Amino acid sequence: MTVFIIRRLLQSAVVVLVMSLLVFTGVNIVGDPVDMLINPEAEPAEIEQIKKNLGLDRPLHEQYGYFLANAAQGDLGKSFKFGEPALKLILQRMPATLELAVAALLLAIVFGIPLGVYAGLRPESPVSKTIMAGSILGFSLPTFWVGIMMIMIVAVMLGWLPSTGRGDTVPLFGIELSFLTLDGLRHLILPAINLALFKLSLVIRLSRAGTREAIHQDYVKFARAKGLKEGRVVLVHVLKNILIPVVTVLGLEFGGLIAFSVVTETVFAWPGMGKLIIDSIRELDRPVVVAYLMIVVLMFVVINLVVDIIYSLLDPRVRLQDVKS
Amino acid sequence: MTTTVNERPVAAAPIGAKVETPFRRFVSDFIESKLATGAFLVFLVIAFIALFAPWLAPSDPYDLAIVTVLDSHMPPLSESFDGRIFWLGTDGAGRDLLSAIMYGLRTSLGVGVMSGLIAMAIGSVVGLSAAYFGGRVDTLIMRIVDIQLSFPAILVALVLLAILGKGVDKILIALVTVQWAYYARTIRASALVERNKEYVEAATCLALGHRRILFRHMLPNCLPPLIVVVTVQTAHAISLEATLSFLGIGLPITEPSLGLLIANGFEYMLSLKYWISVYPGVALLITIVAINLVGDQLRDVLNPRLQR
Repeated sequence: MTVFIIRRLLQSAVVVLVMSLLVFTGVNIVGDPVDMLINPEAEPAEIEQIKKNLGLDRPLHEQYGYFLANAAQGDLGKSFKFGEPALKLILQRMPATLELAVAALLLAIVFGIPLGVYAGLRPESPVSKTIMAGSILGFSLPTFWVGIMMIMIVAVMLGWLPSTGRGDTVPLFGIELSFLTLDGLRHLILPAINLALFKLSLVIRLSRAGTREAIHQDYVKFARAKGLKEGRVVLVHVLKNILIPVVTVLGLEFGGLIAFSVVTETVFAWPGMGKLIIDSIRELDRPVVVAYLMIVVLMFVVINLVVDIIYSLLDPRVRLQDVKS
Repeated sequence: MTTTVNERPVAAAPIGAKVETPFRRFVSDFIESKLATGAFLVFLVIAFIALFAPWLAPSDPYDLAIVTVLDSHMPPLSESFDGRIFWLGTDGAGRDLLSAIMYGLRTSLGVGVMSGLIAMAIGSVVGLSAAYFGGRVDTLIMRIVDIQLSFPAILVALVLLAILGKGVDKILIALVTVQWAYYARTIRASALVERNKEYVEAATCLALGHRRILFRHMLPNCLPPLIVVVTVQTAHAISLEATLSFLGIGLPITEPSLGLLIANGFEYMLSLKYWISVYPGVALLITIVAINLVGDQLRDVLNPRLQR
C-alpha cells in the first residue's frame, strides 16, 4: 500500500511540474512576457524596473526556478485589473464555485442512481426508454445552450427564478454560502441543474450498465434463489456492486464539474472562479490566468490521487497489480 | 482438345441477388434503426447546407452593401425595406439570421470535422505504434494519454487558448490536442488484439517493413471502433468549439460560428428577442444530436459483442 501511494505521489508531482513548465513556457515563449506580465500603460523606466524585479533579464531556466519558488510560497503574481494578489482573488471566488459544483454533484447522484437502476432493471419499459433518450440529450446538448434556454423559459418568460448572481449569502465558518438563505437557494437552483445535467446523464448510463450486468451475475441469481425480497436484492446485492464504478467516475468527474463551471458561471453570472478566469482571459489579466490554471491543475492532481487511493482501498486488485509491475 | 467447360462458374451469384459483403451487411444492419437512418439523412442535409452555404443562403450576411442597421432586431418572417423576407428574423446588426446560421454551420462543421480528422491521423499513428512496438514506447505513450484524459477537455482547451489566443488555427490546435488521446487509446486497444493474429505474423515472416505492416495490414482491421469514435468525437468537437466561442475565447468575430451567433443573441434574450439566440442554437443542436444518434447506431452495429 505504501509503495502504491508513494508511486502515485511521485507521479502527481511530475504532472504538476510538467503543467507548471507548460504554462510558464506558454506565457514566456509563445508571447512576449513583457506584454503579458507588465501593465501596458506603464512608463519605459518603470518597465525596465519591473523587468528587473521580475527577473526577466535572466536566462529562462533561472526564471522558471524563481517562478516555482514563488509559486511554492503562494505568490503567483498580482492581478493587473484588481491590483491584488492573484491567488487571493481566486481563493475568494473558490467557495462560490465549490458550492455550485457540490450542489450539481448531489443532484446528479440523488436523481441519477435511482433512474439508472430503474432503467437497468426494466430495459424495455417505455419509462426506461424515455430516461435513456433523456440521457442521450443530456450528453449531446451543449451546457451553455441548455443554460440559455433555462434562463429564457424559467427566468424570463415564466419569471419563477432569478437568472443571475448568487443572491443573499450568509457566512459559515468564515465562508460566504448561498444555500442557507431562501434567496440564495433560489439563485442556486438553475445553475446547479444546468451544471448537473451532463453528470446526471453519465450517472444514469453508468448505473444502468452496471445494473444490467449485475442482474445476470451468479450472486444475484443466488440471492433470488434464496428467496430474498426483490427490494433487498436490488438495494444490497445490485446497488453495492454498481457503486464502485459510479463512485470512481464521480470522484474523477468532480474536477470536471469545476472545469465546466466556467461555462455555467458565465451564463448565469455566478461570481465564482470560472467567471473570473474567462473575464481575465478576455482582459489579458495574465497573472490571474496563470494562477487559476496552476490551482485547478493542482486540484485535479489531488482529486485523481485521492480517487486512486480510495479505489485501491475498495478493490485490492488495483494496488496489487501496480506493485507487481 | 475439347473440354467441357463448367457451365456455371462457381463464383458467380445468380443474377439480381446480392452477394453479402461486409459492407452490405453493415448497411442493412445500420438502416434497421429508423431513427439512426433519419439522423444520417439530417446530417447529410446539414453537411450539404454547410458545403454550399454561399450559394444556398438568401443573402450574404457579411456583405456590408446589403446589411443595414435599419433591419436590426426584426422578428422572424418580417420583411425588409427592400422587400426581402427574413425567415428567421435579423440580429442586432440587421443581418439575415437564416443566412448567418448557414454560414455559421459552415464554420462550425468545418472546424469540427477538420479537427477530428487531424486528431484521428495523429492518434492512429501514435496508438498503432504503441501497440505494435510495445514495451517502453507503449508505457510512455499510454501514460501521457492517461494523464491527458484525466483532465477534462474544456480545461485543456482553456489552457491552450489562454496561451495561444483566438483564431481558427488556434482552436484547431486546441481541439486536436483535446481529441488525439481518445483515438490513440481506442486504436491501441484494437491493435493489441490484432497484433497477435496470424496475418501479422505472416506479414512479419515475409519481412515486410514496419510501416507496411502497421498501415496496410493492421490499420484496416482496427477501423471499426475508430469509426464510432470519429462520429462521437466530431460531435464533441463541434460542441466544444461552440462553447469556447460562446465564452469569447474561441473563434474571432471574423469567423462567426454558431457559438458566436448564440453569444451575440444572448444579450437580447432578456428583452425577449429570443430568435437571435434560439435559432442558431437549434441548428447547433440538430447537428450534434444527429451525429450522436448516428454514432450510437454505429456503435451497436460495429460492436463485435453484439454481432448477430
